[in-house]
Amino acid sequence: MEKTIAGKTINVNEEGFMTDFGQWTKEVGEELGKENEIDLTPRHWEVLTYIQDQVKKEVGLTIRGIGKSGIVDIKEFYALFPKAPLKTATKIAGVPKPASCI
Amino acid sequence: MNENNTGLKKMMIILSKATLDSVYAAFVLANGARMEGYEAEMFFTFFGLEAVHKKKMNDLRFATVGNPAMPFPTMIGGLPGMEAMATKMMKKEMAKLDLPEVPEFLEILSASGVRLWACKLAADMFKYKKEDLYEEIEAIITVGDFYARGSEPGHKCCLSDFVGRNKHFNKVFK
Repeated sequence: MEKTIAGKTINVNEEGFMTDFGQWTKEVGEELGKENEIDLTPRHWEVLTYIQDQVKKEVGLTIRGIGKSGIVDIKEFYALFPKAPLKTATKIAGVPKPASCI
Repeated sequence: MNENNTGLKKMMIILSKATLDSVYAAFVLANGARMEGYEAEMFFTFFGLEAVHKKKMNDLRFATVGNPAMPFPTMIGGLPGMEAMATKMMKKEMAKLDLPEVPEFLEILSASGVRLWACKLAADMFKYKKEDLYEEIEAIITVGDFYARGSEPGHKCCLSDFVGRNKHFNKVFK
């Protein structure tokens, strides 16, 4: 389905994840952050950029992997994105929802 | 705190066994709850305490006896060395899945905000003190204390040992 955000039309699935990363911009990310009740700080952006890089490299995302990233530890990751961190962060980053149980 | 509007707020997970299959099931459930935006608390009782015992958590094994899902008969599972061999094989498979070992998994759980409690009755029985246990165990409490922590609406309790063995588990989880 389509939705308009930050003056742009983006395609999202039923869970709100973007289906075309080409439509993602930093402004879209900011708005998606607000929708998820998160005011993005530079720390958030470091994590989001890391997540986008991992997806580009086709590396599977897990909580454990994020904890070992050297960017953020698990405790801070949960503090930055308190509600379902991996799901929320990937949603804001415009990448698919990770199919990970850990 | 939950992201989904299912009414579920917190999972209360009880571990009463120290076989690796039960321990991992409980850990994955607790971690999964946090990943989905639910609160999670764990209660370690009876042999489940060994999963948080500093000197024992590194040597947990898979059950080869009394485990109908093992690909060989129970009598063979009882032969010397079988448990160690099965454990080695399973650990290899788990490493492929990027599953951490027990101590690292406990660190992930506590960093993720899972609250960990030990059962008083079991600790008394095995003569374990708080200092014998993983440092993120908040306290040794009674089962009543644990239930009280999960008594608000939207709080669900499950016994992790039921996973894969008891169809009722699914009902409880839903």
